[in-house]
Amino acid sequence: MTDLVGEEDVAIEATLNGKPLKRRVKARQHLADFLRQEMELTGTHLGCEHGICGACTVMIDGRTARGCLTLAAQISGKSVDTIEGLTESGKLAQLQSAFIARNAAQCAFCSSGMLLTAYELVASGRTMSRAEIREFISGNMCRCTGYHAIVDAVEAVMAKNEATAEGKA
Amino acid sequence: MKARNFRYVRPSSLEQACRILADEGGDAVPVAGGQSLLAGLNMRLSAPKLLVDIGDLKELTGQSYEDGGVRLGALTRHAELLCSELIQKRVPLLARAAAHIGHVAIRNRGTLGGSLAYADPAAELPACAVALGATLILGNLAGQREVKAEDFFTGLFETQLKPGELIVAVKFPAMQPGTSVGFAELSRRHGDFALVGVAAVATVQRDRIGAARLAYFGCVDRAKVARSVSAAVTGLAPPLSDASAFAQAIRQDLTPEDTTGLRADTKLHMATVLTRRALNSLSQRSDP
Repeated sequence: MTDLVGEEDVAIEATLNGKPLKRRVKARQHLADFLRQEMELTGTHLGCEHGICGACTVMIDGRTARGCLTLAAQISGKSVDTIEGLTESGKLAQLQSAFIARNAAQCAFCSSGMLLTAYELVASGRTMSRAEIREFISGNMCRCTGYHAIVDAVEAVMAKNEATAEGKA
Repeated sequence: MKARNFRYVRPSSLEQACRILADEGGDAVPVAGGQSLLAGLNMRLSAPKLLVDIGDLKELTGQSYEDGGVRLGALTRHAELLCSELIQKRVPLLARAAAHIGHVAIRNRGTLGGSLAYADPAAELPACAVALGATLILGNLAGQREVKAEDFFTGLFETQLKPGELIVAVKFPAMQPGTSVGFAELSRRHGDFALVGVAAVATVQRDRIGAARLAYFGCVDRAKVARSVSAAVTGLAPPLSDASAFAQAIRQDLTPEDTTGLRADTKLHMATVLTRRALNSLSQRSDP
C-alpha cells in the first residue's frame, strides 16, 4: 500500500500578532479553536461556528476573516492579527474608547469581532453613511445593543479621522 | 460543531493538485476560500478524507483583459469583484452581484472558482456566469478544456467537473456598447442566501430591450438560461409598470417546489416582481 497523501498534523509558519509562529497544527482544527486552545488567545470568541455570527472575526493579511471558516493549517505564510495584538499595538484604541463612551458593548461577546470589522471599515479611509456602516457590519451579530450605539461609535471615529485628514490637507 | 478528522495537503503546483485529486477520487475535495466548504464540514454535512488546499496556487490567480474578454483567475475573491476597476468597467454585473454575497469577511476569503464549483443553486455567481455567457477553463492532468457556463451546471450542486479537475479561470465577454445589465435579489436579511434572484444581460436600443439573457437563482435547481423569459422580454421598453408580458414565461422557466415557510406560488410571484425590478435596473456599464 502506498503512503497516504496529506497529514493530520500540518506544519505551519506564519506571523501571529507581529511575531513569527512555527507549529504543527491539527488539520481539522479551525483557526479560532487554534487561537483559543493552543495559543490561549481567548479574545477571539466562538458563536455559531458556521460563519453567520462574526464573533470569531480575525484579520488575515490585513483583511477580516472568519476564524471558524479558516483552517489553522491555511494561515501558513500569512499574517494573522487578533483582538489581543491589535489592542496591544494601540491600533484599536480610538475605536475602543468610542465604544466605551457610547456603551456600544453590553455583554461584549460580539465586541472583539465587531471592533475588528469596524477597524477594517475605518482603516479603509472611506466616509460612509449610517446605512453603509450598518451594511458593512452586517456580518457581525450583536444580540444586546440593537447596533445603534455601535454605529454611533464607528461614525464618531470616522468623523474624527476625516477632520484630522482635512486639518492636515 | 467541529469538523471530522481529515488529512490536509498543500500542493505546490496545479499539476500536483490535479494529480492528487485524480488519485484520491471522491475521498478528496479541493479547498480555496473555504467559506461554504468549511461551514459544511463544521456542520458535518460532508466528511472528505483529504482536503487539498489550492488557495496559494499561482496558476489560479490573475485578472486580465484580452481578446474582448476579461479573464479572471479562479482564486479571484468576491471582494475583488466589488472593487476592481477592470471588473466594474468591463463586467459590471459581477460587481453588482458581489455586493449580495455574504458579508465583508466572507467576501474577503470566498473565491469566484469556489462559488462556481460548489454550484449552490442559491448563489449569485453561477447565475451571473450563465447570463453573461462566460466560459470556464478547467485544468486537469491532460491539460485544459473549456466549458460554457450554461453547460457547466448539470444539477443541484452538480457540475461537469471530473475527479482531478479544477476551475483554473473564467472568461467573461466584456460589455459591449448598447448592452446593459440588471440584477435583483430578495433575501430575508442582506447577506443571507437568496430566496429568489435574477441576473439579466440585455441589449437596449432606442430604449427597447433587444436580445436578453436572464438567469435565476434561489428558486431553481441549477443555473441556466431562462429561455422563455428571455424571449418574452424582447421588445419591452423599461421602466415597466407591470409584469404581464413575461409572467406566464416565468411559470414555464421556473418550477420551484414548496419549502418550509415559502410556497412555490410565492416564489413565482417574487420572481415576477424581481424580474421587473431587474429589467428596470438595466444600466449601461457601471455609470449611475
